[in-house]
Amino acid sequence: MTARVAIIGVGQSSFGKRPNSSIRDLTFEAFHEAIEDTKNLGRMDIDASLVATAAGYDKQRSPAAVIAEYLELNPQPTFLTEAACASSTVALRTAWSFIKSGLHDVVAVIGYQKMTDMTSEAIQEVMGRAGDVMFESPFGTSMPAYYAMFARAHMDAYGTTEEDLAKVSVKNHYYSQFNPKAMFQKEFTLEKVLSTRVIASPLKSLDCCANADGASCLILANESKAKKFAEQPIWIKGLGLGSTAMSLASRKPPFTGFESAQEAARQAYTMASIKPKDIDVAEVHDCFTIAELIAYGDLGFCKREDSPKMIRDKETHLGGRIPVNVDGGLLSKGHPVGATGGSQIRTLVYQLRGEAGKVQVDGAKIALGHNVGGIGMYTTVTILEV
Amino acid sequence: MISMGFEKFGFVSYVSQAKIGEFTEYLKKNQLMGTKCKKCEKVYFPPRGDCISCLGDEVEWVEINGDGKLVTYTEVNFAPTGFQEDVPYILALGLLNSGQQVFARFSKDVSLEQVKSGMAVQLVPCQIDEDRVTYEFQIP
Ligand SMILES: CC(C)(COP(=O)(O)OP(=O)(O)OC[C@H]1O[C@@H](n2cnc3c(N)ncnc32)[C@H](O)[C@@H]1OP(=O)(O)O)[C@@H](O)C(=O)NCCC(=O)NCCS
Ligand SMILES: [Zn+2]
Repeated sequence: MTARVAIIGVGQSSFGKRPNSSIRDLTFEAFHEAIEDTKNLGRMDIDASLVATAAGYDKQRSPAAVIAEYLELNPQPTFLTEAACASSTVALRTAWSFIKSGLHDVVAVIGYQKMTDMTSEAIQEVMGRAGDVMFESPFGTSMPAYYAMFARAHMDAYGTTEEDLAKVSVKNHYYSQFNPKAMFQKEFTLEKVLSTRVIASPLKSLDCCANADGASCLILANESKAKKFAEQPIWIKGLGLGSTAMSLASRKPPFTGFESAQEAARQAYTMASIKPKDIDVAEVHDCFTIAELIAYGDLGFCKREDSPKMIRDKETHLGGRIPVNVDGGLLSKGHPVGATGGSQIRTLVYQLRGEAGKVQVDGAKIALGHNVGGIGMYTTVTILEV
Repeated sequence: MISMGFEKFGFVSYVSQAKIGEFTEYLKKNQLMGTKCKKCEKVYFPPRGDCISCLGDEVEWVEINGDGKLVTYTEVNFAPTGFQEDVPYILALGLLNSGQQVFARFSKDVSLEQVKSGMAVQLVPCQIDEDRVTYEFQIP
């Protein structure tokens, strides 16, 4: 079993409005935490770095070069990986292949996004162009609007209600109180969530994640290096990556799931030789409340039509059948696009090492991460094991 | 941007040059046109300049019937930069009876209360201003 690949160190910056931080400061913060998280890994032990971010939010072009320079990772290979909001876990998968092929022994994945020096309207214009710019963006699309159309379809097909959606927000915000790196660390009542202003019907402000600044860093290694540089390596057991047509018009109904996620899940479960019921804890891409319900179905946690029941019955709360997003999720942590996937993996690594504090899932052995790019154009599923 | 016609499409356009640039000229003449592959006769709407079915690269313009039904929709209250003066507007995905799905806005005179998934809709060409053209959903 010498071919296993492990995560040996994880780190992230605080997520939120970070007016005094550039992309260099944010990535330094995450990198620093990840290095400290390993057992004496030195800078020169890192054979390659993959930088993950979505283009268009800050002015730096070809950012891998500047991040590698700032973190003194030259002259080792570095380059950018882009898959919208799934950039950092697509980079994780690439890093895994580098190690598995024997090309590199230790690889750092550094994800970041600097967003809050733009207005929310300007950010939505950038995001709207992560849709088909020929035949969809010219109508005024945005990510909340696209997901709202999936929410509408879900409600029409399965009787999902606005309250069901709000319950996802209440759950994730509740757990954010225990996450010192989250953008918002407080509870909201169901009534409060339901009373916030409509952004794109039926989605309200608290059905949406907030734009944020932040960075994450994951350090991967082959088995022998992992044993040398980690107290407790966390093994990558399954990986999946799927894609879906960018334009909504080219997709098949029903609009209650993402083909990319179903494909990524299939690949990851097959590679790990496990079933959804074997998952002890999961992080899913809750950029909007509806996205979490869609994920339950796409990942096989329940039948697609039962996803509203799953949140009603608290099956994804701590103590439930599969605790989901007990670190607060994107809904409360904020969503610095390129950093998000790495942050999810960091949470899962803590869970598997038994270091998740108040939100620890007792005896967690197998964890699943689900990271979606844009409106499901790319999805990764990552299965980890202690 | 050197224009080739497509920059006239939609409320804000991001593409100026395309093989199917003439599309906007037809919309201006109140014609909803798609493309048909000359080789395998597959019909595309919105139009494509090449056929992905048989990889044919010659297509001809054909009239499209805009009748269909509504698949899903949302009313946008928070618009991206460039669209803020238009709020609220209803974005919709429709399925034409001829089989193609189309993404468009509802006509401004349609209110959210009138809209329901599955209802009959009609896609029609429309003039935004002197220069700009698009298509929109109406309730037949
Ligand atoms: C929903 C949205 C349009 C709101 O933007 P906005 O009107 O500029 O909102 P603001 O940032 O000014 O926030 C308004 C208030 O709500 C709070 N708030 C916003 N989002 C919140 C969240 N997810 N959780 C808790 N509080 C939140 C803010 O702190 C602020 O509170 P304050 O008035 O006390 O300071 C914006 O957050 C958005 O576009 N989100 C989606 C991002 C996205 O699409 N990401 C990609 C997903 S694929
Ligand atoms: Zn053809």
